[in-house]
Amino acid sequence: MKVGVVVFPGSNCDHDALEWSSRLLGLPTEEIWYQDRDLRGVDLVILPGGFSYGDYLRCGAMAARAPIMDEVVAHARRGGLVIGICNGFQVLCEVGLLPGALLRNRSLTFLCQDVYLRVETTGSPWTSAMRRGEILRVPIAHGDGNYFCDPETLHRLLGEDRVAFRYVSPGGTLDPEWNVNGSLDAIAGILSEKKNVLGMMPHPERASEDMVGSTDGLGIFKSVMGALCG
Amino acid sequence: MKARVHVFLKEGVLDPQGKAVASALKTLGFEEVDSVRQGKFFDIETGPLPASEAEDRVKEYCKKLLANPIIEHFRVEIVEP
Repeated sequence: MKVGVVVFPGSNCDHDALEWSSRLLGLPTEEIWYQDRDLRGVDLVILPGGFSYGDYLRCGAMAARAPIMDEVVAHARRGGLVIGICNGFQVLCEVGLLPGALLRNRSLTFLCQDVYLRVETTGSPWTSAMRRGEILRVPIAHGDGNYFCDPETLHRLLGEDRVAFRYVSPGGTLDPEWNVNGSLDAIAGILSEKKNVLGMMPHPERASEDMVGSTDGLGIFKSVMGALCG
Repeated sequence: MKARVHVFLKEGVLDPQGKAVASALKTLGFEEVDSVRQGKFFDIETGPLPASEAEDRVKEYCKKLLANPIIEHFRVEIVEP
């Protein structure tokens, strides 16, 4: 399984993603430049966190129109695996691979802290090795992570089992106080219709080593490795 | 051709920045302020465009890039044909 990390101008978690994939999981991983038009045969694409194009216009809007994104969209439409983390999630929404949008945090402040996520489905290659209801402690670091979509879209997401993670209390219950950015229905991560694309605001790649206090972020990659390698 | 494009959040989409501005105005003593919605505008200059096509053309700019139809509306104003 070969992994590609797309690097946009202003990405700043590209190296976190590289370390996650190459050092912690031992997968062949390469950087892919945003101006390239070739994914070089990777099986899994990571759109990393950061502030692509300085968040000009809208978060992720400019990156969504970068040359490499035509290839990422084609890869996803073929059923290829794509994960967008933080800014990567914003890019996936802007390019239309995932529905909805990420608005300014309800508090208007940049939030940099640990949050608790509840795994809401195991019916996807991204979550298959986890338990439904499992609680993950993972950090966030964003100013615009407040998930929004119209009521019909929310209805579809729920009906199609496409909410991957919700913000919950440490005990695993829905609580507005722990839905720190004010996301609709406490949504922290969603899946595409075919479940091959995952977008999430929290950073699993920053919670994958004992040294940093949590290894809860490893389950996502372990799920996907199981799905790909059997 | 010169155009001005206004982009603003749809009704029902939370605008925490607008809310903060409204509350700041009240704090300054402008107690009549009920609400503020914050938006943005773009002044665009182009080469010559047939007057009949200009508006539709600029609307395409909006749909492709300037506005996110999920959360935003836009309004196109042709300032100078």
